[in-house]
This record gives sequence, C-alpha cells and structure tokens, in this order.
Amino acid sequence: MKSILKPLLMIAAMAMGMTAAGTLPALALVELNVNKGNVEPLPIAITDFQGGDALGAQISEIVTADLKRSGLFAPIDKSAFIEKISNPDAAPRFDDWKVINAQALVTGSVGKEADGRIRAQYRLWDTFAGQQMSGEQFFANDANTRRVAHIIADAIYERLTGEKGYFDTRVVFIDESGAKNARKKRLAIMDQDGANVRYLSDGKSIVLTPRFSPNRQEITYMSYESGQPRVYLLQIETGQRELVGNFPGMTFAPRFSPDGQKVIMSLLRDDGNSNIFAMDLRSRSTTRLTNSTAIDTSPSYSPDGSQVVFTSDRGGRAQIYVMGADGSGQNRISFGDGVYSTPVWSPRGDLIAFTKQTGGEFQIGVMKTDGSGERILSSGFQQEGPTWAPNGRVLMFFRDSAGGPKLVSVDLTGRNEQSIPTTNFASDPAWSPLLE
Amino acid sequence: MGRIAALTRNPVMIALVAMLAIAGCASKKTPNNAADLGLNGAGAATPGSAKDFTVNIGDRIFFDTDSTSIRADAQTTLSRQAQWLNQYKQYAIVIEGHADERGTREYNLALGARRAAATRDFLVAKGVSASRLKTISYGKERPVAVCDDISCWSQNRRAVTTLSGAGS
Repeated sequence: MKSILKPLLMIAAMAMGMTAAGTLPALALVELNVNKGNVEPLPIAITDFQGGDALGAQISEIVTADLKRSGLFAPIDKSAFIEKISNPDAAPRFDDWKVINAQALVTGSVGKEADGRIRAQYRLWDTFAGQQMSGEQFFANDANTRRVAHIIADAIYERLTGEKGYFDTRVVFIDESGAKNARKKRLAIMDQDGANVRYLSDGKSIVLTPRFSPNRQEITYMSYESGQPRVYLLQIETGQRELVGNFPGMTFAPRFSPDGQKVIMSLLRDDGNSNIFAMDLRSRSTTRLTNSTAIDTSPSYSPDGSQVVFTSDRGGRAQIYVMGADGSGQNRISFGDGVYSTPVWSPRGDLIAFTKQTGGEFQIGVMKTDGSGERILSSGFQQEGPTWAPNGRVLMFFRDSAGGPKLVSVDLTGRNEQSIPTTNFASDPAWSPLLE
Repeated sequence: MGRIAALTRNPVMIALVAMLAIAGCASKKTPNNAADLGLNGAGAATPGSAKDFTVNIGDRIFFDTDSTSIRADAQTTLSRQAQWLNQYKQYAIVIEGHADERGTREYNLALGARRAAATRDFLVAKGVSASRLKTISYGKERPVAVCDDISCWSQNRRAVTTLSGAGS
C-alpha cells in the first residue's frame, strides 16, 4: 500500500512580506456564533493562482470549494472580477474589488522548485481596510497539490474566523455496495471533500465503525473476519492489522483515548448484556468501566481524557450517560423525549453530539456536557452516527435514503448541510484530526 | 417486488404455505400424494436433515421492537426446535441475533447479541446442551427483508438457529 499519511508535505510556512501578518489587528472578519441563526457568508474573491499552468486554477478551485462548503464564505463568481491580477505579490486595486463587494481577496502563485517540489504562496487582502491580512508559502511534493490547496484554505479560514480550519483532513468510512440484503462493506479513506478514495479492506468480511487514532496513522474498527465480530487496529500506511485484546465474546464500538494509548470499547457478556472496557495498548491491561445488566456501548472520551460519555439502556430505553474515565460517578444526562445513542464528545470539549430517535425520525443534535441546551441540527427518516470536524464546528454523519446510506455534513447552526460525494453508498464516517 | 421476493425466500413463510396447503387438502379428503400437491420441496425433507429443521420445524423467531423477550409464538417454535435438537444431537448450533434498521449501528449490535442470548437460554432451559450452542450478532447488517416499512422491520427483528455444517 502506498503511503498516505506520512508527512509527504513539507510545510515550510512563512509569513511573507509586504506587511508582517502579526502586526495587523487580529480582528476576524467573520464572526462564528453557533447560537445565532443566520450567519451572513462573507463575500470573498479568490483569483486563479499565477503560474503552474492548470495547477494555479486547480488550487483556486479547491480553495473556493472548501470555503464555500463551510457556509461562512460566499465566493464571488470570477466573471464579475474587474482587475486581472498579474502580479500576486503587488497590492491590488482595492476599489476594483470593493465595487463588486469582495470584502476579502485571495491572490497567489504556484511554481516548481529546482528540486521538483511545488511551491505555493497566497496573500489574503482586506479590501475595505486596503491592506494585506496574511501571506504564507508552502512546499509540497508533486502528489500533494490538493493538500496544499486545503492548507491554504485552512489558513484563510483561520485568519478570517479566528478558528482553526478543518480542510486538510481525511475521513475513514465504510464503503457500501450491492443489494441491501447482501451489502458488501469495505473500509475506505478519503479527503474530507470526497477526493482520493482508497480502500483499506477487501470486502470479504463485514467491517464497521472505523475511528481515527489521534496520531492519524492508525484506525480502530470492528470486523467479522474471524467469524466472531471483534475490534481491530489497522496501521493505515503498512496495512498491518492486529486484534485488540483477547476477549471471549464480541467486542465492538471502539474509540481511541485522546492520547492514543488506549482503546475503549464494548464487550459482550455471556448473559447477553454489554459493558464498557478500556484497554491500554502498551501494557495490554484491561479495565472494566461499567458492570450493569444493560447495554452499555458507544463510549467516547472527553478531549482531556478525564471523562467518558456512553449509551446505556439501564433505565429502560437507550439514553446518554457520563462517567469518570475510571468508571466512577455514572450519571444520566439526556432526559428528552426519545431514544438517544452514539454520543461523541466534541474535540473542543464543550458539546456532545448524538443520534436521537423520536416521532419516527432520526435526528442529529448536540447538547452541553451536562445534558442541557439540546439543539437538533438535522432530522430525517434514517440518519445516525455523527463525527466531529477537528475544530468542533461541523459534524458529518450518514443518512439512508434512496436505497442506501450517503455522507452528509452539517454545521452547528444546522443551516448549512452539505452532501459529501462518494461513488458508492457510504456510512460510519470518522473525521481525522488536522493532518501534519 | 423486492418485498415479495424477500418473503418467498423466507423458509418460515414457505413452511406456512405448505402446511396450509396440506390442511386444506386433508379436509377435502382428496387422496392425492405429495407429488401431486407440489410439495416435493417442503414435505420431502429427510427427517433429521438440516432441511427438515428449516422447513418443518422453523429456524427463526421474531421479536417486538427494541425487545428481547421471547414471544408466545416464538416459545412454540423454540420448544419445537429444542425437541428436534435433542433428538438429533450431531449438530452444533449457532444462533444469529438480528435487529431491524430502526436503531443505531452499535446499539443494534448489542441488541442482536441480547436476542441471540435470550434464544440460547430458552433452548438450554428446554434441555439443549449449552456446549452445543454459540451465538453471534449481526445487528442490522444482515436484513432479510429490504423494504422501508413495518412489514419488513418485523421480519428483520429475528434470531435464526443455524446448524453448523448444514451446508445451506
């Protein structure tokens, strides 16, 4: 298998130029307020990067698509541009951009270095203030032009919103094909925008619920390959696989701890109930965290590793509970009308995303970590399994309609829903951290 | 279309149709043989064969929504299964637990496991040796009926008793 996640990309970022970015007021042009209904997208003009033949236009296209899909930016159609940028390093004619209401302007260039690497640089301009906001350059090897574009999109997003971006990321998921009663399921990985799909399993066994390690090099998932369904680790780069633990029964619903040292998962008991265990990947020691005659599953650590949120039906129907990472203080936090499952702690620590079934619908929502402030972001006939973008501002999940599941993202306002293009049906998305 | 196809693939339904046909004919006292009635497939299974078990005993039971309790109709089927399994002890048994699609994936894996365990425990209570019984959950990953409504979901909430080495 060809290397995917090795840092092929040498990111030598440096502030360029005319004005040092650090000396500018760190005022964000876009305000991220998830509780406010309407975020007015910021009109932005993204010009074709100069040089590199088709490459310049391609980079501009990827940056444009990323920013547009975030829902926070409204890229202006190129046909409206008045000034034709010939020197991306020189100050543009700000009036030409103000008149088409471009509040921000991106210029850039791309070229090949003597050693074969690609060099891409961009400048971000505040047209109304009439000054450069930031400028950086990046080096990448040939195969990574899409990544360079995503990194530039992240830099622009961060400079304009004050928040980290999430475009230079990947998603592992289950690729599904074939009839519903004979579905072939394969592990797959792709860029967050659906590009560069690669398969990580052959489809001979059912595989489910892949999740990224914080180190981005491994995933943990469940497979039926041994007959009995069990949790495995997979090194993405080498394809090396390993069984997690040697338990007598089914293991399922795995996730990494935030330090990557543990896998937390459910273990089936002989009486048919399921409890939560954590396994230390170095010492191989296991710790039982729950011991109830109920279904306890879908555990997810808080980003500081001190707490775990999980699903349990110990109260009758499935609800969301929080406990200490040692299993102490198990408290129910969901009390709404319906059945709650698949809780996932936000990487920011502030929210828990979940699937809720109520009134014949499946909803994707978020609540605060004490269960208050529930907000439903998306409702549908059949949808489930949210995963967080690394900046904690966007969720991806899967929705079953028209014969099979597809991936969908929604931001925390619930107003910006985007479908993720995949060739086949797709389910169980898990978002990677920002790549390195 | 899809649903009809799924129904006719369901051995329980085939068995049911076959039994109704027999009952109907018996009441008319028509002295037809099995071949004339077109029952070669269903009625002619060798006693003690895997086909006999699937067709004449019934290899699956069904559950209510989000429930793992063994319904009265399921108890009848499982009692019949236990009797048969106690007679033909050469088989090892794997009980598959399944859920419908109206639940999330991980929860339904657990639910399917619980249904398989409840089925196993019932058979053990009816005298089937626990050492012959294994369970596996497929959650909602292996539906037999593929429509998007209640008629299909009720068929998918099931536990299937499979005989290992049966080659079916």
